[in-house]
Amino acid sequence: MKGWMGRFKSLFLLGTLALILSGCGKENLTALVPKGYGAEASMNLIILSTIIMLFVFFIVILIYVIVLIRFRKKKGQEDYIPKQVEGNKTLETVWTLIPIILVLILAVPTVAATFDLADESGSNDGLNIDVTGNQYWWHFNYEGEEIQTSQDIYIPTGEKVYLHMLSSDVIHSFWVPSISGKMDVNPENVNTMYIEAYEEGVYWGKCAELCGPSHSLMDFKVIAVSPEEFDQWVEDMQNVDPDSESLDTVAQDGRDLFEANNCMGCHAIGSSPAQVGPNLTNFGDRSEVAGILEYNKENIVDWLVDPESIKPGNKMTGNYPALSEEEAGSIADYLMQLQPSEITPESAGN
Amino acid sequence: MSIAATQKRGFGAVLWDYLTTVDHKKIAHLYLFGGGFFFLLGGLEAMIIRIQLIKPENDFISAGLYNEMITMHGTTMIFLAAMPLLLGLMNAVMPLQIGARDVAFPFLNALGFWLFLFGGVILNCSWFLGGAPDAGWTSYAPLSLQSPGHGVDFYVLGLQISGAGTLIGGINFLVTIVTMRGPGMTYMRMPLFSWTTFVTSTLILFAFPALTVGLFLLMFDRMFGSAFFDVALGGNTVIWQHLFWIFGHPEVYILILPAFGLFSDIISTFSKKRLFGYTAMVFATILIAFLGFMVWAHHMFTVGLGPVANSIFAIATMAIAVPTGIKIFNWLATMWGGSITINSAMLWTLGFVPTFTIGGMTGVMLASAVADYQYHDTYFVVAHFHYVIVGGTLFGILAGLHYWWPKMFGRILHEGMGKMAFWIFLVGFHLTFFIQHFLGLMGMPRRYWVFLENQGLDTGNLISTIGAFLMAIAVIIFFINIVYTATKGEKAPADPWDGRTLEWSIPSPPPYYNFKQLPLVRGLDPLWIEKTEGKGKMTPAEPVGDIHMPNGSIIPFVMSLGFFIAGFGFIYQTDHRGWLVVLFGGMAISLGSMLVRSLKDDHGYHITKEELEREAD
Amino acid sequence: MSHDHSLNPATMPEEPEKATLEGKNKFLGLWFFLGGETVLFASLFGTYLALKNSTAGGPSTTDLFGLELVFLMTMLLLTSSLTSVYAMYHMKNNDFKKMQLWLGITALLGIGFLACEIYEFAHYINDYGFTFRSSAFGSAFYTLVGFHGGHVVFGLSWLIALMVRNAKRGLNLYNAPKYYTFSLYWHFIDVVWVFIFTVVYLMGKVG
Repeated sequence: MKGWMGRFKSLFLLGTLALILSGCGKENLTALVPKGYGAEASMNLIILSTIIMLFVFFIVILIYVIVLIRFRKKKGQEDYIPKQVEGNKTLETVWTLIPIILVLILAVPTVAATFDLADESGSNDGLNIDVTGNQYWWHFNYEGEEIQTSQDIYIPTGEKVYLHMLSSDVIHSFWVPSISGKMDVNPENVNTMYIEAYEEGVYWGKCAELCGPSHSLMDFKVIAVSPEEFDQWVEDMQNVDPDSESLDTVAQDGRDLFEANNCMGCHAIGSSPAQVGPNLTNFGDRSEVAGILEYNKENIVDWLVDPESIKPGNKMTGNYPALSEEEAGSIADYLMQLQPSEITPESAGN
Repeated sequence: MSIAATQKRGFGAVLWDYLTTVDHKKIAHLYLFGGGFFFLLGGLEAMIIRIQLIKPENDFISAGLYNEMITMHGTTMIFLAAMPLLLGLMNAVMPLQIGARDVAFPFLNALGFWLFLFGGVILNCSWFLGGAPDAGWTSYAPLSLQSPGHGVDFYVLGLQISGAGTLIGGINFLVTIVTMRGPGMTYMRMPLFSWTTFVTSTLILFAFPALTVGLFLLMFDRMFGSAFFDVALGGNTVIWQHLFWIFGHPEVYILILPAFGLFSDIISTFSKKRLFGYTAMVFATILIAFLGFMVWAHHMFTVGLGPVANSIFAIATMAIAVPTGIKIFNWLATMWGGSITINSAMLWTLGFVPTFTIGGMTGVMLASAVADYQYHDTYFVVAHFHYVIVGGTLFGILAGLHYWWPKMFGRILHEGMGKMAFWIFLVGFHLTFFIQHFLGLMGMPRRYWVFLENQGLDTGNLISTIGAFLMAIAVIIFFINIVYTATKGEKAPADPWDGRTLEWSIPSPPPYYNFKQLPLVRGLDPLWIEKTEGKGKMTPAEPVGDIHMPNGSIIPFVMSLGFFIAGFGFIYQTDHRGWLVVLFGGMAISLGSMLVRSLKDDHGYHITKEELEREAD
Repeated sequence: MSHDHSLNPATMPEEPEKATLEGKNKFLGLWFFLGGETVLFASLFGTYLALKNSTAGGPSTTDLFGLELVFLMTMLLLTSSLTSVYAMYHMKNNDFKKMQLWLGITALLGIGFLACEIYEFAHYINDYGFTFRSSAFGSAFYTLVGFHGGHVVFGLSWLIALMVRNAKRGLNLYNAPKYYTFSLYWHFIDVVWVFIFTVVYLMGKVG
């Protein structure tokens, strides 16, 4: 008996230790520290259901331990034959009714929250963004604002933002754990959900539906800024004129290469709705390269030279002329200077 | 034809015997070996997955190969390991428990096995023929349509063929239980394992056709240019999800109910007590099965079905907690006041109770739709279903194997190794999966080939992988135990556990006709009744007489082989029309065997009274 | 089974109760099988209903369906169900010849039904260019109706095999359950067709 208890104890100790070590996960990624409306609604139910379930678990384990201590076969009583009990109506009724009550306690707030999170009545007056899921990147079109972005989505804090989501290929799932639960991005029908961030910050988003080899690399960011900053950002983005930006000589070379290699065949700069590949209007402000790599020139060059080594199965590989490191460097310089706004992930407190 | 005689025969004779057998006990052996083989394969895939995830941004295997691993791990474990192992136990035990000499359709029983085996082999051939399926075991369209190569085609054909086998097996058990229960064995006297076999077979019967249709649609889209899931031509990919989960959720209960049944029998036997609340247990089983068909959309809370559908399915799902809770408390009440023997079989059972309770609890948590928006498709879900499928089904299979091994093979599994395997596995299991609940909530979606550095996921994944290695060690010990037992194991008496049900009233292993004279059943736990109130052994319900037995046949094997060949024809005719020859050739073999079976009369044979008396004791 | 008792005692095997158990098993097994088939067709109907308006610009149900032909097909299949009932009636009276005769008529009606169905499909393909690959609706239509047609083909093969195999040896306890289960299967096919007639053709023509 001792060995048995001891093993369980060490197991729990090890588990708890691991939890303390890793805490609740990385802030602005983990669902355990909710910072938005949907995540909070989910967290409330997670906590409620956990409490109810721990209560049940405690009772089960209590009976279980008593049974194992008191009713093991005893030395010298090998031939003891216990009373053959058929059942007990009262007991059985009790352990049918109590779970029913517990389930009801959980069911009512669940239904309330389900309808609350599906309420789209505010979308007429609110900010509406069309989200397109692609293998393996995200595109965002701000309805009525003539703004297109990819990978980084800017939203104002303290406001419900309505996302209308459709996939261009396979099913994806839009998930920003710290702000909101997920919703699938289907190819045949638009799904609408709203998100609201309470605090400024850069939140990690992930694709949560298997979508191919690079499913695990389809990260994106939600950049929540104050409403004033958001208005500023909108204005800056609307005033982008990709042809009139002042560029240094290396970047000028990069721009020529960008055009010579027909990158514009897939990528747009400005508010053109073309979206075979990510929109690059504010590429200079991106928080990450390809959604997953640290933002620096080296990583951009690596991507431009061999995207397959970074995101297996992506649609860019093989669809443009091979680039030398040098050429890629020039293009990277050009792209890094595409910074239409002062409002950036850094200013949002990355 | 005693065991000693079997051992003296040559390998060829034994092989032929198993290829042509229609004896449910030998088919059980086949299911156990087939299922055991695929279990090892699925376990190997699991280890590769865990090694890949041992550290952030690992490159142990490529992204494409990783997706093949997760797909094959899930598909193999569910369709080719868990279910066949359970079907094996059902075949071995259920007819004995209800006092039957045979199953209703011995021929179909064999056919069911061979279809399963050939289906599994087709699926795994994909590894050597250009790559395994990589769209997940759920194979959601349109990813499964877009998947290059033939991987998903192998998935479709493999599951279609093995699924047909399972369906046939289910019908066989249903009819067996309805028409072939022994004298006095009323429905409400059946041991719980036989009851759950009955209910599970019903689930198989009503759930598998939905998968059949789903697989046909996917097959037509991939191979014959139809447009069910082609959005450009008006197709709808959500149809696949509905069909898959209309099958898929009952499938979960197909996996867990037999385990519930055998735990009930084991707890009752080793507590030396009658099962507490037998009637409630039976009705809880039926209720779980019934509700199991009404909750499929809880796998689809994030699909966008709307708040009404989500609420209904959330409540229906929570409702399942009630009958499941009844079962847990009835097991505890059975042990309460008993005289509990703890051996390997009982250890797996005792390990099951808290483990499965956790799995059930997280199940209710997942049912809360809005909370599920966070859990869905993360490691929380991975943890949940491993707690129920490993903690429930696999613990159940292992408990059942330890419990019935003496009956099936005439030898008792080694206790020391049994206990050692249990403890290592239990610790490894909780290490692997408990932490995954938190990994999921900390932002790790499932089916992730890599997780990134500095996202707080490193420690959890490392612990998880360490646990997986412990589980692998335990499984190896278990298999060593099997080999040891087969060669040096202790010979088993007819009734090694002081059993309560009919299977313990006949020799271990039982003669091929099971019961020389059918026993008269006087109540629940018939053998126990005779031990405490009667002569200590079953009273025959009939005089010794001729016993009618079915003939063995190679046709089930040939017919399945035909479908196997036709499967390759289907898969490769998209590349070259010449493969149509293979397709039609295979179908001709199968339909031809079917015709031969129909046209040739097979009346079986009789064991005469004299032979029985000569063989007696 | 009641029909077993009406058989000529001379053809009975030595242990009739065991033969009866096999018959009983076959009968029950087929019922269970039909339960599974119900789910199969329910899934196909569900798929069809979800996709019937997804014509992708191609012909729709109202363009395609002509009720005259479908009505004829319905009559053929309903009548064949009736003739198989007559056949079972004669089986219970142990009148093997009449049973075979009515089963023969059943088979002919079934073949007539199939001929109409082939004509119907050819008509859609040739005159409307409406195929299995045209649209999701096309795929769903041909799959649902085609699965039913496939069941008819299988039923006919089963029936013909039974009739030819037993033509010379008459009725006995071994083959009687086979005939009986066939007739059950045939009724099931008929019931499915009634649903197809209603859900696909009538509802498709009306709206």
